[in-house]
Amino acid sequence: MSAVAVPKHEEAPVLEIPSRTYLNDGYSIKSWLLTLDHKRIAILYAVAIAIFFLMGASFALMIRLELLTPGGDLMEAETYNKMFTMHGLIMIFFVLIPSIPAILGNFLIPLMIGARDVAFPRLNLMSWYIFMIGGTFVLTAALFGGVDTGWTFYTPYSSVYANSNVILTAGGAFITGFSSILTGLNFIVTIHTMRAPGMTWFRLPLFIWAHYATSLIQVLATPVIAITLLLLILERGLGLGIFNPNLGGDPILFQHLFWFYSHPAVYIMILPGMGVISEMIACVARRRIFGYSFVAFSSLGIAIIGFFVWGHHMYVSGQSVYAGMVFSLITMLVAIPSAIKTFNWTATLYKGSISYESPMYFTVGFLGLFVIGGVTGLFLATMGLDIHMHDTYFVVAHFHYIMVGGEIMAFMGGLHFWWPKITGRCYPEFWGKISATLIFLGFNLTFFPQFIVGYIGMPRRYHTYPPEMQIFNVMSTGGAFVLGIGYLLPFIYFLWSLKYGKVAGPNPWRAKGLEWENTTSPPPTENFASTPIVTEEAYEYTHLPEAHVVRASTH
Amino acid sequence: MWAFLVQEILFFGGLFTGYTVYRSYYPDSFIAGSHHLDIFWGGLNTVVLIGSSLTMAMAVWAAQNSKKSQLVLFLILTLVLGSIFLGVKVIEYTDKFTHHLIPGWDFAWAEPHGHPKHVQIFYSFYFAMTGMHALHMIIGAGIIIPLIIMAMRGKFHKDYYAPIEVFGLYWHFVDIVWIFLFPLLYLIGRH
Repeated sequence: MSAVAVPKHEEAPVLEIPSRTYLNDGYSIKSWLLTLDHKRIAILYAVAIAIFFLMGASFALMIRLELLTPGGDLMEAETYNKMFTMHGLIMIFFVLIPSIPAILGNFLIPLMIGARDVAFPRLNLMSWYIFMIGGTFVLTAALFGGVDTGWTFYTPYSSVYANSNVILTAGGAFITGFSSILTGLNFIVTIHTMRAPGMTWFRLPLFIWAHYATSLIQVLATPVIAITLLLLILERGLGLGIFNPNLGGDPILFQHLFWFYSHPAVYIMILPGMGVISEMIACVARRRIFGYSFVAFSSLGIAIIGFFVWGHHMYVSGQSVYAGMVFSLITMLVAIPSAIKTFNWTATLYKGSISYESPMYFTVGFLGLFVIGGVTGLFLATMGLDIHMHDTYFVVAHFHYIMVGGEIMAFMGGLHFWWPKITGRCYPEFWGKISATLIFLGFNLTFFPQFIVGYIGMPRRYHTYPPEMQIFNVMSTGGAFVLGIGYLLPFIYFLWSLKYGKVAGPNPWRAKGLEWENTTSPPPTENFASTPIVTEEAYEYTHLPEAHVVRASTH
Repeated sequence: MWAFLVQEILFFGGLFTGYTVYRSYYPDSFIAGSHHLDIFWGGLNTVVLIGSSLTMAMAVWAAQNSKKSQLVLFLILTLVLGSIFLGVKVIEYTDKFTHHLIPGWDFAWAEPHGHPKHVQIFYSFYFAMTGMHALHMIIGAGIIIPLIIMAMRGKFHKDYYAPIEVFGLYWHFVDIVWIFLFPLLYLIGRH
């Protein structure tokens, strides 16, 4: 830490946005659409995913509005089917899977490991275009009447009987998969080959470990869904009989192939969130993450075990009981690495000097919701219980606790945490806390009643239900609107802060890490003035860095 | 590139899994179906592809040793062999077409052995697997043409041959897929 860019003053100096950043390196549309800068590509993803998120959320609100009353008052069963299908499809393939890797991962991985860019910048841009083409397919399908198979595309309904735009939608998901594969590939190579001098594997921030594990799943699992969807499209388009029992095919095979991807995909969604949480906890507690290597390896553990649990989606689909028992056991094993992480985070917070800013609000929210989501996952992993709860709202509540309460909570937290780095300006802290609180309360109000109503037997995917279940559904719908407001607020104050927010300075949180200590906010196009040289472990919080100082390289 | 190939293996892995499952369901029909494939054309294609792997390996060697004219020659030979493979596939597909063996569309099966529906599944896999394989060959041919042009301009020499080597990996991978496809589709069950 020899050289400093700004001389030390007694009081903090007036902070200014640096004169040369990645944001003002060209203003034309072309400079954005043909950019090879990983930071700009992350922004492109952010804009696209924000739009998809708003669409997916409005479908969700339509679902909740319909379920306000026991009868089918607002829409027909068929329209309702399309609503939940489009909600699931858009949220899973276009929000949950890409959100953290494509936005925060793209922006931060090179910054965190001290690289100038990702390994294949052109491939990175191409991934975004592939993502957008896939998105266009799905949107076109939505405009021409939507699709009603559920996001799972179960055969033979999807391949033979459905009268909606299955081919177009499945084609969109197929194409988007390649974007996911290429992003994962890019990250793996980047992490292997582009680390700064001194950045050994066990000095990497846990965010990087989590993304490495995620990328492995993306590269290994996504091709299987690709071929599955392709066979589905061929069957529907050309009348092949691979999954159609009338022609001798086996619909269960589709479920096996589908879940062989789609269960690991769940970990594509949650693992990056865990990486974000690790970073934020280390910063707010001012401590090195307790059990660093355990947390790092638990990411890989989840990635590996995640490949062997797909059968737990099919306990009642006609798979053999013995297979079910094995899958049940392996599924419970996933709880171990997840619990390791949770305990280590808690241990990090214990006796840490914690400060309560918005990212911490989201982090605490994440921990609470993730624990509930994880523990109810064990209920569902148990075969006997699952037969009772299969396809009820209990399942819906469980995966929303993990996906929305876990992943989206972590994503929002991460967005708040790195917003000053991405834009150079601070968001209003007060409103950040309000938004985090609203999201937490609204979320619980929406989904906790669904555990109860699911347990007493309300099946998912129906647009009507018995009147005695109405009270839970009214709570749920009310909560959904609170949640909606919680998500809308950041849209407003983030946009506001772009122009009026307080200038952040290079390191407003006084956090450790190359992205905070060694470069300005926002960073210049080339990321670092000179290649950083890493001389210490990750999260070495014994000396807090200064908020306004950019540490130059130590050589 | 290795990571890319791993994802390709899983991509084809899905198809192989499906094939295996149905083969164990309907062994008779699959055997009957495979009797209808022409082992001559399949065998010829195997030889052609193994030959192209050889020329590709020679091309990588030529690039590593800065032998420009040999590099261009071997790349062109690889392209030619690949095209022969695709040409033979066209002959085979035409044959299936005239014998009403295109699944889902005008499929007819008059042989005594095998259930028509199950034989149709065999042909579904035949077309899906060889079709995906052929698509990879076409993509390969699409990549090799710019490589030939670059090689002619002398872009590759012993200090810069990564594109040739990486493409070689891809080409060998596509060959290996065929090495698996050929016995699975043509040979097993043939007496």
